[in-house]
Amino acid sequence: MKRVYVNEEWCLGCHLCEYNCAYSNSGIKDMVKALKGKTITPRIHVEDGGKIHYAVSCRHCEDPLCIKGCISGALTKDENGVVTIDHDKCVGCLTCMLLCPYGCITTDENETVLKCELCIKNGGIPACVQGCPNRAIIFEEAEE
Amino acid sequence: MIMPINYILPEFEVERSDYRCIRCRVCERQCANGVHRYDADGDIMLSDEFQCVDCQRCVCLCPTHALKIRKNENELRENANWKQNTILEIYKQANTGGVLLSSMGNPEPFPVYWDKILINASQVTNPSIDPLREPMETRVFLGKKPHDIERDVNGNINTELPPQVELQIPVMFSAMSYGSISYNAHQSLATAAEALGICYNTGEGGLHEDFYQYGKNTIVQVASGRFGVYKDYLEAGAAIEIKMGQGAKPGIGGHLPGTKVGADVSKTRMIPEGSDAISPAPHHDIYSIEDLRQLVFSLKEATDYKKPVIVKVAAVHNIAAIASGIARSGADIIAIDGFRGGTGAAPTRIRDNVGIPIELALAAVDKRLRDEGIRQNVSLVVGGSVRSASDVIKAIALGADACYIATSALLALGCHLCRTCQSGKCNWGIATQDPELVKRLNPETGKERLVNLLTAWKHEIKEMMGLMGINSIEALRGNRLMLRGVGLNEKELEILGISHAGE
Amino acid sequence: MKYVIIGNGPAAVSCIDGIRSVDAEGSITVVSKEAHPAYFRPLISYYLEGKSKEDNIYCRPENFYQKKHVETVLGEAVAIDTNNKIVALSGGENIPYDRLCICSGSSPFVPPMKGLDTLEKQFTFLTIDDSFALEQAVDKDSRVLIIGAGLIGLKCAEGLRDRVKQVTVCDLAPRVLSSILDDECAAVVQEHLESCGITFALANTADHFDGSTAYMKDGSEIEFDVLVLALGVRPNIGFFKDAGGECNRAIIVNNDMKTSIDGIFAAGDCVEQEDITFGNKRIMALLPNANIGGYTAGVNMAGGEQQFDNALPMNSIGFWGLHIMTAGTYANDGNAQMIEEKGEKSIKRFFVKENKLIGFILIGDVKSAGIYTNLVRSQADISAFDFDALIKNPNLLPFGEIYRRKTLRGVV
Repeated sequence: MKRVYVNEEWCLGCHLCEYNCAYSNSGIKDMVKALKGKTITPRIHVEDGGKIHYAVSCRHCEDPLCIKGCISGALTKDENGVVTIDHDKCVGCLTCMLLCPYGCITTDENETVLKCELCIKNGGIPACVQGCPNRAIIFEEAEE
Repeated sequence: MIMPINYILPEFEVERSDYRCIRCRVCERQCANGVHRYDADGDIMLSDEFQCVDCQRCVCLCPTHALKIRKNENELRENANWKQNTILEIYKQANTGGVLLSSMGNPEPFPVYWDKILINASQVTNPSIDPLREPMETRVFLGKKPHDIERDVNGNINTELPPQVELQIPVMFSAMSYGSISYNAHQSLATAAEALGICYNTGEGGLHEDFYQYGKNTIVQVASGRFGVYKDYLEAGAAIEIKMGQGAKPGIGGHLPGTKVGADVSKTRMIPEGSDAISPAPHHDIYSIEDLRQLVFSLKEATDYKKPVIVKVAAVHNIAAIASGIARSGADIIAIDGFRGGTGAAPTRIRDNVGIPIELALAAVDKRLRDEGIRQNVSLVVGGSVRSASDVIKAIALGADACYIATSALLALGCHLCRTCQSGKCNWGIATQDPELVKRLNPETGKERLVNLLTAWKHEIKEMMGLMGINSIEALRGNRLMLRGVGLNEKELEILGISHAGE
Repeated sequence: MKYVIIGNGPAAVSCIDGIRSVDAEGSITVVSKEAHPAYFRPLISYYLEGKSKEDNIYCRPENFYQKKHVETVLGEAVAIDTNNKIVALSGGENIPYDRLCICSGSSPFVPPMKGLDTLEKQFTFLTIDDSFALEQAVDKDSRVLIIGAGLIGLKCAEGLRDRVKQVTVCDLAPRVLSSILDDECAAVVQEHLESCGITFALANTADHFDGSTAYMKDGSEIEFDVLVLALGVRPNIGFFKDAGGECNRAIIVNNDMKTSIDGIFAAGDCVEQEDITFGNKRIMALLPNANIGGYTAGVNMAGGEQQFDNALPMNSIGFWGLHIMTAGTYANDGNAQMIEEKGEKSIKRFFVKENKLIGFILIGDVKSAGIYTNLVRSQADISAFDFDALIKNPNLLPFGEIYRRKTLRGVV
């Protein structure tokens, strides 16, 4: 399956992906309206350590621990292997956050779980990939 | 920070739409000059406009298009003689006592002859050619060509030619050294040249060990500093270029400050880390055409006469005579660099006042060599602000074999012509050695954009050749009948060797 | 091959998945005393709270049993004849098996208390039917008394608060969540719950009842309309014990999820297995372990090979915005060194032993906690990287570029 991969060598730490993610998932057509004055809750986040920068989002693991731990059945793998979240089912217990080894699960102020779903619910091409100014985030089949 | 009162105002103003700004701070993270700053107390983005060079990095990356960089509209009381910039330069020199430095090409409003020359098209009698249906040859070979057809004792034509450089399109990336531009910029140029079947040029900074693999698409340069020159280097390239001069700064040398000579640059240039890399103004062993001939043949000898040798000179007043001498020196190719050519750093006065336009130099050289019957001795490559496929067509019709482009290539890589390469803080990752900035140019993207640019030019070249009824670069070369001047005086037309439109 | 599974919770359905991943043919029979398809038990409080709809609580799609060719039998297992490999049900039915998996879960523990029989509305809180019954029993004017300030009692309190007039929670222990939190952490949680409208009577519990009055140990009296007994659970293992199976507080299993009796496996809340952070077997009645354990049992029952060799206890629980996460071993290991990181509204406590993170408690700041859990689970040597940085900010930085290249550029 195609996944979002991050190439640390080219990540500039500009954090644009976070804003593109938040905008893309807002369901609002205008970025200013979607994000102005708001604390964003992106599904991808950039970690900065001095000169090191890299973005992290759901790895869509082969055998995801988050799904194993989900107490409400909200997290499932779809037929393509994408780990998706059903917000109607999620009760915000955050067991998935306790289990994800990569720190890829977050929440918004409504306390439901947010995670990267590869933009399958908003266009199919991940916004972080489309907006990355240096092709550090790519959407492709696994290397090997 | 309090700025001292030194009569210098910020050149640019940052215009930020507060309605659009979402405080993502991408501008702040991306400005190596430190223009943008977020103030948490006021939840506002602040700007230090003194630092702004209008490189447009922030403008391009701002996700809500909240930013514009405008010229500071403050007006000094200028007049036709004392222009604002002239006055400011006086202030700057009075402040510092230093030589003014700048980069890229001559920005002054000298005539651009490319824009005063128009191209012919076939109508009725000499039909045009549809490049989508008919083959169209854009390939050229650079190097010495035989004067006559020679036959051996059996009457067979001697097909052996002196060494040539084969180009799939008559365009090459001209010399930019590793040091003046980044590793990633070099990788972009090298990989693009390979994909396009053309050449890029190492400049005078030597060849990084990683790039020897692109040797057949590389022209290796030997300049007055001789940086990085050794046998393997000479043998690595498709041709060797002796750099005598550069269009942006004819008659002077170069200076790469020690701060830019990091481990990698030091190794590639073969000089100690942190030492200033000074290219002398002249080659200290060249004071005559005979001396040049010695170097040409030394290089040929060293490479077993397998590599064509290019001699690159700046377009200056007596360029025709100089070229005539070079054509007799044993060189295979003459490269002429016009006064609008770019540089990573040059004294402003020199950049803006020395040299001549490449169009006139080219026409004069081509005519002189033909008049002397030695045009076959050499190929002519011209550079110094070749900006488009039509500039290439016009150059070839004026007598060039191929063009060198550099500024156009840098623009394709993201350069926004802020003309502050000399600061080393290129926000686009091109003219810098700062690893944090260098990584901003992903060579994969760089290569793709260069290949796109020249692929587009190739299509345009084919289309323009087709409309002239010409199906190969060979048939266009020196075909000045295909050109007409507009708004040029008799002397200019005479030098260019073209008629005025309507004639 | 005849597979029989006792119980029908998450462990059971994962067991079905495990079996079917190896054996598409063998017959599977599921015996359950609950007349519902497998549902996520922790959701019963969210159902009361209105966060979970009845349709959304089930572990698998409606046609799951049909699609997996599973026969479901309503009934309670009462005995196992290990010689003849037969499970006897309370209704007298006998079900033969080749491989048996016990996923019988647990039952509420209700101690004998004087006057309980005088109460009209008393409930335990472990099944969805308990939740349905409570929903019917309460109204806006109800005063609810919950005995037990553990996970079940407090989640019940959260579920009920908006439906009733008053919720009081009492517990003999001096603090809330006494099984997973220490005094200081428990105090933070208690304060938050009190600010959310829950009343506590701790170090105190009901001694006896009379009608609508609870007579407390300290002599006070609490008036109430509805009583919820949340004093803990006991694994349903009697029939297995009777058959001679090895048990401690629950059924002892190894990493294959095999019990001491040949052909019998077990998973879920009714087992004790190796806790890697503790170096000993214990009950870790948690949903992730039920899922993984059940699946592992299923694979091994069908002749496949799988190990569940990295089980650890962990909890993620939240009350009205305050999240509490725990993992591994902490309070009961005096040899562990505690490293603390306190924020304005958060406490993080890490327990380190022999350069390994063996457990942690997070209150308030639970961001990216899985990075810590992964350290516990993988038993990594934390002296190999900057653990101090990780304590403040859990991210992948300290693990180095090679690890990141593997995880961020590869398939994991």
